[in-house]
Amino acid sequence: MLNDILIKPFADMFGAPDFLLQVLWEGLVSGVLYALIALGFVLIYKSSRIFNFAQGIMVVFAALTLVGLYEKGVPAWMALPLTLGVMYLLAMSIERVVLRPLVNQPDIILFMATIGITLFLIGFGEIIFGGENKVMITEQLGIPTGSWEFEPFGGFLSIEQRDVTAVVGAVVLVAALLLFLNKSKMGRAIRALGDDHQAALSVGISLSTIWVVVWFIAGVIALATGIVWGSRAGVSFALEVIAYKALPVLMLGGLESVLGAIVGGLAIGILEKLFEIYWGQPLLGGNTETWFAFVLALIVLLFRPQGLFGERIIERV
Amino acid sequence: MLYRTAGQFKTTYEADHALFPVRQDAILLGVILTLAFVILPLTANEFVFKALLIPVLIYTLAALGLNILTGYAGQLSLGTGAFMGVGAYACYKIITIFPEVNLLVAIALSGFFSAAVGVAFGVPSLRIKGFYLAIATLAAQFFLVWLFEKWAWLYNYSASGAIQVPTIEMFGVVVAGPNAKAITQYYFVLGVVTLVTMLAINITRGRIGRIWKSVRDMDIAAELVGINLMKAKLSAFFVSSYIVGISGALFVFLWRGAAEPNLFDIPLSFRVLFIVIIGGLGSILGNYLGAMLIVALPVVLSYLPGALGIPISSSMVEHLNTMTVGALIIFFLIAEPHGLARFWAVLREKLIIWPFPH
Repeated sequence: MLNDILIKPFADMFGAPDFLLQVLWEGLVSGVLYALIALGFVLIYKSSRIFNFAQGIMVVFAALTLVGLYEKGVPAWMALPLTLGVMYLLAMSIERVVLRPLVNQPDIILFMATIGITLFLIGFGEIIFGGENKVMITEQLGIPTGSWEFEPFGGFLSIEQRDVTAVVGAVVLVAALLLFLNKSKMGRAIRALGDDHQAALSVGISLSTIWVVVWFIAGVIALATGIVWGSRAGVSFALEVIAYKALPVLMLGGLESVLGAIVGGLAIGILEKLFEIYWGQPLLGGNTETWFAFVLALIVLLFRPQGLFGERIIERV
Repeated sequence: MLYRTAGQFKTTYEADHALFPVRQDAILLGVILTLAFVILPLTANEFVFKALLIPVLIYTLAALGLNILTGYAGQLSLGTGAFMGVGAYACYKIITIFPEVNLLVAIALSGFFSAAVGVAFGVPSLRIKGFYLAIATLAAQFFLVWLFEKWAWLYNYSASGAIQVPTIEMFGVVVAGPNAKAITQYYFVLGVVTLVTMLAINITRGRIGRIWKSVRDMDIAAELVGINLMKAKLSAFFVSSYIVGISGALFVFLWRGAAEPNLFDIPLSFRVLFIVIIGGLGSILGNYLGAMLIVALPVVLSYLPGALGIPISSSMVEHLNTMTVGALIIFFLIAEPHGLARFWAVLREKLIIWPFPH
């Protein structure tokens, strides 16, 4: 038993390093996706202290809009900006209808409101686009679909080109986002709002404008995630569950840290794949990916209650 | 007028702290209990029992459990569905291992299993707070549902992976299983729910309840006045998970009749959380009001188009249903963030001082 837990998995890893590399790569790619979704959460939480549960359904909604528009005969290069327009409208209506009347309510009320948004969007999306699985328009968007094959250590390693595109795209997106948050006027306003609502309002920062912008950025991130994930697994409402995968990432990295979301995402993506392949499947009957990340994050949180990169929690009485 | 309190004098502190300081409250409760115990069973048919009355009561019980944890002790939990599952599976194992055990006893015992699991997953609450804790309870949610699927001993190695409620007799009457009558099950559930509600009212009014509330309002300040936080939080997890576990056992044994692991997945947790929030955090009455709304709404919505003569497909009805529930949650949160119980509190206050506005 002890041998199976402590020795055999590592022997397997070094016995077949090409397979280990493949597992690591797969983990890295899903880690990038987790990081992207977590980024959407972090942005909204930083600027408005809202724990946005609707991020997952926004991913589905964005992807469905893109595919739906294409199926209606809109060319792919047009469907992309149109989808962005839809996401902007969504951000605006969420701010106007849901958030504005709920300003200053306790966190849990706003959290419940985002679950309300989730349910609404599920129903709305199913009425408009239908519930069946759709195929993401990967090729039409100019994303390569082939794969590269290597033979390291005399073994075999296959890397899908669309995964490479996803990783590169995510890096560009995150870099652009960090540049926007740190260098632009609007980005500074967002961070100011995150530090102190009242102080930000008193120097003339418009709460409603910032909220629309932040939700729109979250929508853009959702679209990027939707394209990448959709091209791997198809577009359907089942995608919504990936929102749950982003939650342990947030716990691990800290709710307000952009860096935490990225590091946490990558760490969880890789570790859960390793655990599933080398421990979960042989010892526990598989499918451990549903809970491994949560338990890992829980253990980390016991030692650091604010996550790895979160702001230190200071309480005053 | 109907609620005038004039002439009801209190001469002792005991009278002032009584369960019903206003006499009309007691009369109203009497009317409601008569309705629930006598009039509804006489008038309701099989469908009303199965689709409305029994689920409302069971969801009320689950919400009551969550409300003690979230509304009274201030610890947000998203794992209610899984704790219901622990109660249901524990009850199933007790019933199948010891078939001669009385169902009431089995259900009461199964609560202790979910209470133990609840306390185990409640330990992190001593260090983790707020949304971090909420996500930590999701660990319980996903891990337990995974366990229900993989641990074949739990469902007696049945090929389908589901648990099936056997026919259970109590004092010569069939109470659970395919042959049970809806009215028997209704009385069974009603009895349990009434009993637990009574206990919950008194726990939350008493010393433990006041300790919970002080922890909810500010845990550091509570610690400074000498409250043992570990005891307070873990006892809240214990009581809450116990009630949730019982409701889970009732959920499967007295209503669904069978259960698969994914029945206890996260949508169930959220449904119970909706009931608590829409009904009102920190209110016992709110659980009933919230459960009525959340259970009745889909039933009403699925009949409405037919009644109005609008022909739409059943899948369309389902989608519209999801959409409407989402919209209504947002609407109720905006209209009254303190929940339906607050509506009643305001109305009652107005009735007492009627016809004067203040």
